[in-house]
Amino acid sequence: MQVHPMKTDISESYALTTRKLALAYDQVTIIEELDLAIPTGKITALVGPNGCGKSTLLKGLGRLIKPRNGVVYLDGNAIAHQSTKAIARQLGLLPQSPVAPEGLTVKELVAQGRYPYQTWLQQWSKTDELAVDQALTTTEMTELSDRPLDTLSGGQRQRAWIAMTLAQETDILLLDEPTTFLDLAHQIEVLDLLYDLNQSEQRTIVMVLHDLNQACRYADNLIALQDGCVYAQGLPNEVMTETMVRDVFGINSRIINDPVSGTPMCIPIGRKTI
Amino acid sequence: MVSSASQRNFRFGRSPSILFAGLGIGAGILVLCLFASIGLGAADITPREVWDALFAFDESSTNHLIIRTVRLPRSIIALLVGAAMAIAGAIMQGLTSNPLASPGILGVSTGAAFAVVLSTFIFGVSSLSVYAWFALAGGAITAGLVYLFASLGPGGVTPLNLTLAGTVFSTLIGTLTSGILILNQQTLEQVRFWLAGSLAGGDIDLVRQVIPYLIVGFFLALALGRHVTTLSLGETVAKGLGQNTAWIKVLGAMSVVLLVGGSVSIAGPIGFVGLIVPHFVRFLVGVDYRWILPYAAILGAVILLIADIGARLILRPIELPVGLVMPLLGAPFFIYLIRTRIRR
Amino acid sequence: MSTWLVIRSAQVPVSFRLNRRVPSLLMILGILILAMMIASIGYGEYPIPPLDVVKTLLGLETSNADYAFIVNTLRFPRVLVALLVGMALAIAGTITQGILRNPLAAPGIIGINAGAALAAVTLIIVFPNVPISLLPLAAFAGGFTIFTLIYLSAWNGGSSPIRLVLIGIGFSLMTAAITNILTTFGNINSVSQALVWLAGSVYGRSWDEVNALLPWLFVFVPIVLIMARDLNVLNLGDEIARGVGTALEWRRGILLVSSVALAGASVATAGTIGFVGFIAPHIARRLVGPSHEGLLLTSALTGGLLVITADLIGRSLFAPIELPCGLITSAIGAPYFLYLMIQQRKY
Repeated sequence: MQVHPMKTDISESYALTTRKLALAYDQVTIIEELDLAIPTGKITALVGPNGCGKSTLLKGLGRLIKPRNGVVYLDGNAIAHQSTKAIARQLGLLPQSPVAPEGLTVKELVAQGRYPYQTWLQQWSKTDELAVDQALTTTEMTELSDRPLDTLSGGQRQRAWIAMTLAQETDILLLDEPTTFLDLAHQIEVLDLLYDLNQSEQRTIVMVLHDLNQACRYADNLIALQDGCVYAQGLPNEVMTETMVRDVFGINSRIINDPVSGTPMCIPIGRKTI
Repeated sequence: MVSSASQRNFRFGRSPSILFAGLGIGAGILVLCLFASIGLGAADITPREVWDALFAFDESSTNHLIIRTVRLPRSIIALLVGAAMAIAGAIMQGLTSNPLASPGILGVSTGAAFAVVLSTFIFGVSSLSVYAWFALAGGAITAGLVYLFASLGPGGVTPLNLTLAGTVFSTLIGTLTSGILILNQQTLEQVRFWLAGSLAGGDIDLVRQVIPYLIVGFFLALALGRHVTTLSLGETVAKGLGQNTAWIKVLGAMSVVLLVGGSVSIAGPIGFVGLIVPHFVRFLVGVDYRWILPYAAILGAVILLIADIGARLILRPIELPVGLVMPLLGAPFFIYLIRTRIRR
Repeated sequence: MSTWLVIRSAQVPVSFRLNRRVPSLLMILGILILAMMIASIGYGEYPIPPLDVVKTLLGLETSNADYAFIVNTLRFPRVLVALLVGMALAIAGTITQGILRNPLAAPGIIGINAGAALAAVTLIIVFPNVPISLLPLAAFAGGFTIFTLIYLSAWNGGSSPIRLVLIGIGFSLMTAAITNILTTFGNINSVSQALVWLAGSVYGRSWDEVNALLPWLFVFVPIVLIMARDLNVLNLGDEIARGVGTALEWRRGILLVSSVALAGASVATAGTIGFVGFIAPHIARRLVGPSHEGLLLTSALTGGLLVITADLIGRSLFAPIELPCGLITSAIGAPYFLYLMIQQRKY
């Protein structure tokens, strides 16, 4: 049963679209013939069970994996035809749990985000400096900027990595599970940070999230993936149904209204109900 | 997130029945190799005679004598050394979680080589059985020093510290060894064949000398299998599961010293088996050291037996040191495996 | 802004940034190198006072007419070779450690040493009649061939650090086995000679070697320095490097080739001097941190200082017998390394 409540609103523009995209590792095809549109200036959350192709799709959108077939369009232009540096100025990417070399300070890490703007002679312009300071301020990492990354807590480290992608000053941000390994307060902190970025600067954000309720609360556009196909896409209200949770995740649930935000909230039903 | 594709490729475990069957097949192949190793050599001896020499010994037959005094001890040594080095390598890679770690990382082989070169240089020693003692002592002392220095590093005996201290010591001692060899050509002449790693000239007394060490090391390693699996998940995880990681590491290092020290003392520094076999075995059976260790033992023994047959036959009647034949036969296969299997 | 030194022009679009400690450290290392060079040139069977060394180098008159020959023809080129070899090895090591993200990665890991050793040992043992002047060429070719084989075998729809490392081990083992067969069965005198070469030495090196080595440094050191930022992002892993817009395979390829060229040229000139490419980057990283803009030069000077010092010690320790400086770099490198490791424990 495929539900495709694709928006028909012509006025809406799409930051990233795919046409018949096929992604594969080795001989194993993960995603086949995928048509997808990521709306500009919105927060899109990718949800789905382990192994459904969420991370693969995110990497495909961020040109980390070469498509076996089909095309990814960035603002209407095929991504394969643009220089990787030009893409890096439009699209920032944070993989899952990256590792920094020992002794690297926060500021040095964040400064690496300026790579696509630098040239051999122009290695540290005033603009670079301002962008890095801005990214540090936004993520509230200014005070920690001279600390080596390996001396920080998990939450601080994740914020440093996000600051690095922010320093890239891209309109689009792709994040693979930005909240893993963080405690609840830090999870909300990171999501709030991304929400603020989206609200104040209209950045397009695409992220893989494991927590369905957080996805519903923060996303404007929810994409549920199943076996490399889009099971449903649209407003969280439309996508988040008991049928969807059963079909995609294979678990019974009750969907109620989040008492705080009014967005859908999934209460999974396990064997223990009392 | 693990994609379905990589889940399929990632062999966390196969079913125990398949693994047991594989072990049985491996043992069968090992026995075949053992017979081949006893049967093949410079003198042509029929399989019938080999059988008789083993089970109906006739003292008056030269061929029987060759089998009993030359080929049998040599094949047993190949079997023991191959198994010991492979197990030691597996333990080392498990303890340090570094694919570059070979038993050599603890400095056992280089320490042993240095001791032998030094003994030849100073005392003019040239007998294999005296080499054995120097090798064992040199290997153990070096390993102890490496371990000591690794424990003095930041955070104690971490994989990184162990690898760094080991590499540093190996290089240092290797340097001293070549220093002696440069200064004294006579020593070079005497020990260069031993240094290449060879099973030639080994007799059963030599085996008797070191077999207690090998057996203790062997059982220690097998007993550690489960713990090494846990430790290979990372120090923190292992501690969290209630493991006394410091002890496991000390015991692991001890078994490596016994196994490698014992092997080096009978066969010279044969490094390849310990480095490569664990990689092969992981491709075969996954990441559980309870299975990796016995498989490594069998595969290590098989590979060394085959390489030794090759060493005797390739340039017959000249005999090549088996320590040099093995990389030539095994490395291409290893390269092929790495190329096709490691996808990142 | 406290830890960075920023050089920026308001008029032209030129700007750089460095760890604040880099300039003063480079200066200190430079002074140490000069002092060590003067000491090394002055030392020998025929001692020359430091002041006279300086005078002779500057082309001024000294009290003794022989000084000019001893300094300019015999000792100065040798010390220069030591400096250049050390610098080249250190930079090569910094590159391989940065790219492969493995603290064990010395240039040897991508096959240069093994290949160069095989070629040189073959020449010395199998073809003793071939003129010795061909040795550097053969060594360089050998190193480059093995590196190419490793790189091509590791290429499978892209290069990958872990594949490079493991396949590098495979090839090094094979190559070393053949080398060992030669040293095990070769004529004992040739083998001795080969061992000295393998240990690494700058004995008897002249202006010819300096001139042969300099072009490699002139070409590849600037390339590497220009690509310091690429090394920085490669050091963060493939995905991040691609994400910030590096043409990953190209940059990695160029850097690896530069590393091989530098290490190959120095191995060809002075044999396999151990440890420098491994330890100099480690020391430099402790001094200026992991950013390659400052790290590369600091590491280069550290390497140069190391080899000059090692050569001086090798000459003086058992004088008049000379130990190859490769033995000394290992012998001083190793304990220092252990000391660093222990010291690091304090925080």
